[in-house]
Amino acid sequence: MLKTFISILARDLTLALRRRTDVLTVLFFFLIVVSLFPLGVGSEQALLRELGPGVVWVAALLASMLALERLFAADFEDGTLEQMLLTPQPLGLLVLAKVIAHWLLTGLPLVVIAPLIALQYQLGDGQMLMMMASLLLGTPTLGLIGAIGAALTLGLRGGGILLSLLILPLYIPILIYGEGAVTVSAIALADSEPYLMLLGALLMMALILGPWAAAAALRISMD
Amino acid sequence: MSINWFKFASPAAFYPIAGRMIPWFAGIAIVLVLGSLLWGFFGTAAQLGGSNPQKEYYRIIYIHVAGAWMSMWLYLVLAGWSAIGLVFNTRLSFMMAKAVAPTGAIFTVIALWTGAFWGRPSWGTYWDWDPRLTSELILFFLYIGYIALHSAIDDTRRADRAAALLAMVGLVMLPVIYWSINCPDPTQCAALHQRSDPGSIHASILWPMLGVTLGFWSYAFAATFVRLRGIILLREADSAWVRELLQGDSGR
Repeated sequence: MLKTFISILARDLTLALRRRTDVLTVLFFFLIVVSLFPLGVGSEQALLRELGPGVVWVAALLASMLALERLFAADFEDGTLEQMLLTPQPLGLLVLAKVIAHWLLTGLPLVVIAPLIALQYQLGDGQMLMMMASLLLGTPTLGLIGAIGAALTLGLRGGGILLSLLILPLYIPILIYGEGAVTVSAIALADSEPYLMLLGALLMMALILGPWAAAAALRISMD
Repeated sequence: MSINWFKFASPAAFYPIAGRMIPWFAGIAIVLVLGSLLWGFFGTAAQLGGSNPQKEYYRIIYIHVAGAWMSMWLYLVLAGWSAIGLVFNTRLSFMMAKAVAPTGAIFTVIALWTGAFWGRPSWGTYWDWDPRLTSELILFFLYIGYIALHSAIDDTRRADRAAALLAMVGLVMLPVIYWSINCPDPTQCAALHQRSDPGSIHASILWPMLGVTLGFWSYAFAATFVRLRGIILLREADSAWVRELLQGDSGR
């Protein structure tokens, strides 16, 4: 079982690294959205400091949602997904491997780029660290919840817009606590602890239920 | 006496029963809603609350609270029929879930709309990001997601099952979303949380409110059954009993 898990993970990573632009588009989308806000609302330092945490998290939500469309699409088109459904391995495990690969390619880069955004928004070192920590805990949850939506909208016309309608409301708790963690860390880093715990709890819940629900959704869509 | 409940799980068996029940539920709905609103408007106190009382405008509570209750209850009904459909693979359950969704969405709109109109005189603004109203808005998005996903898929079987799964995911997430909106700061949850407790509402106001709720409930039954009959006819158009029914109608 572990072997299957690792081979799918390695396969998805190799495939994505052969087409690096796909990975970079998500990252640049994130950067562009975040850079647009100061142009729209003005670039006063106090205002930016207040807006920063929320803007980063909304942009992370949008970026991860845009990337979701590609989670199953390529495998669906060339028939690989159908073969995966036919294997004796538990489908939830295969989905988990795909989601983790997807997160390594689209979620982790957001965490790595976060310090740059903290500079743009005049955030201090503590908030910069907290932004990375909260994104590290929150973005995998986004991918796990989003996988359900991606599986449900597989192969539909206008799937991308539909996906946002289905998934964005479900992202709200992560947005609230992710943004909260960064905001309260402006005063003391330790204040963020309850927020991080809640983000961790959400991640655990998504890890247990998400792949299973996404597998059920895949079976419905490929029926 | 034993009734074979599964008999009514067949669309052909349920179609005429639904038809017979519609006028009853519609009648009860009209009587209850009109009666309770008249009672609420003319039979209850002109003010609500102690030191800073709400004047006549508080009477929107009769529609607002009843609409909000119904919208939440109907989402439970929607998810319940979806779960039954997924487990027992009964066609009628999926049709029922699909028929309930628009009515639930309408009640969320009613609750939001009346909430805004209530907010204007009492808070001085139409929209205040009040946790309860915000949760209602998210519930509205969940209904819209269900309806949108269902209508985006052409294959009926896949549409039913995919939308049903979405409804159940929504049901699992709903408490988490509700809690996160009510409690954005986990360290001060108790202070922020607003409590709605039927016991704290004065009895003279509670009874008309419950009357409107029951009336809305009846309306939901009637509207759902009308929609359900349409869905049954559409999906069973090729079956013998629908053809007989249509011939019978045109022969008369």
